[in-house]
Amino acid sequence: MCGIVGLFLKDQGLQANLGYFLTSMLITMTERGPDSAGIAIYDSNKSTGVKITIQSEHPDNDFEIIRSRLAVIIDTAVTVVVNDTHAVLGMDMDKVNLARQVIGELCPNVRVMSVGEKIEIYKEVGLPKNVADRFSISTMSGTHGIGHTRMATESAVTTMGAHPFSTGIDQCLVHNGSLSNHNSLRRKLRRAGVVIETENDTEVGAAYISYKMQQGSTLQEALQSSLIDLDGFFTFLVGTKDGFGVVRDPIACKPAIMAETDQYVAFGSEYRALVDLPNIEKATVWEPEPATVYVWKH
Amino acid sequence: MQIIDLENKSLRELNAKLQAQSSSASQKVWEVLNPKGGHAIATGLNAPIDVTIKGSTGYYLAGMNQLATVRVEGSVGPGVAENMMSGCVIVEGDASQYAGATGNGGLLVVKGNASSRCGISMKGIDIVVFGNIGHMSAFMGQSGNLVVCGSAGDALGDSLYEAKLFVRGSVKSLGADCVKKEMRPEHLIILEELLKKSGSNAKPKEFRRYGSARKLYNFNIDNAY
Repeated sequence: MCGIVGLFLKDQGLQANLGYFLTSMLITMTERGPDSAGIAIYDSNKSTGVKITIQSEHPDNDFEIIRSRLAVIIDTAVTVVVNDTHAVLGMDMDKVNLARQVIGELCPNVRVMSVGEKIEIYKEVGLPKNVADRFSISTMSGTHGIGHTRMATESAVTTMGAHPFSTGIDQCLVHNGSLSNHNSLRRKLRRAGVVIETENDTEVGAAYISYKMQQGSTLQEALQSSLIDLDGFFTFLVGTKDGFGVVRDPIACKPAIMAETDQYVAFGSEYRALVDLPNIEKATVWEPEPATVYVWKH
Repeated sequence: MQIIDLENKSLRELNAKLQAQSSSASQKVWEVLNPKGGHAIATGLNAPIDVTIKGSTGYYLAGMNQLATVRVEGSVGPGVAENMMSGCVIVEGDASQYAGATGNGGLLVVKGNASSRCGISMKGIDIVVFGNIGHMSAFMGQSGNLVVCGSAGDALGDSLYEAKLFVRGSVKSLGADCVKKEMRPEHLIILEELLKKSGSNAKPKEFRRYGSARKLYNFNIDNAY
């Protein structure tokens, strides 16, 4: 099943409440996905560096190693903000690749959740409420964010199998459905040099979109071509640095509903995920059409 | 009139009260507040009562309905009036996927648009949609009438049995074995009755009729290997 939520704010005055709204939307979708949950949040701070969000099953140990040694080894300033099993590392863009390699050497079990100027991804196994609480998602601010509650079908219930999947700088994707050609597409993408870490179908969808955009496609074009190259059921919500996009497969049996006001564009697997948003009763509410791409940008 | 506010009553309490009317039917008129997109509201009713939902609902509103009239002052999620046996369900807004699926009887009126698979496997229900319907509507429809005052999406009436389809606007494409058919006087009479009952101003003569070519579900020796 799975539940998807997303919120793109047009009104800057709501940015401080982004995490609060997303948390409430996410928890409403618990019945659709009680296995695990995740949120990608795009913050509004104009920081100059890049953030790497990492995750560890032994955060005390691993994050202390990274705190004490990473900056010295890569010879640059690194900020470390620990949030439960996750930590956000801040540094200059040109040190990111080296930092990832060094993190892999120092702490092989640390996983990279996302890399980007604005994106932070928090995801764990457990009920959406517990996941949101442990990271205090409701206190986070930002310009837009997407969330997912998972009911696993194609791969195991693990942190790495939870959504969102990030396969490009400031990019992420959440998925309701299941892809049937993910194995062959994974092989093709890997041959093209794309790094795909899991056996999960959704990660292949995310990597496909990132690959297309890396090849020069816009988000609109990448989502359009996914309708040709991906086989299976999907409602995708894809986040980028400045917005998000939506596409549903031509059969469109995975639900999706959107609401737009002067203040925001909201996405939910069901209408009840949207009912507590401000002035929802005055919003334009519609179901995204099958095989049709929608994109919103700041 | 009885008013139930889902802000402080559970769905189970609401449905138990409404379903209990089947033995007594002591209260004829009900109003439900704060549905907030909830699922399975007013399902399994079996009494000639009148229920108005003040807002939008989620999955399976008024499923398995018998005798009751359920009105929604908002939009509904997937599977509204699924497997309805009799009675009437009126949606003032839009309906999501598979509205009226597998319905055996009764009348479903959607005053906005209905999404994909409207009337899928319909078995005798009458459905009137004031707006448009999505793709794969009336798939494997066996009996009943689907009236669309707007346009129909792709693959209308795919693998149709004997349901009758009436569309006023355009049809994006017809499904396998669904064909345009002659509008005979008996069809105009059906349309006139259904449009009147549902409160539509559309005129019967503005519609075209579609039905099964009957080539798919009858045994045909030429299809055998």
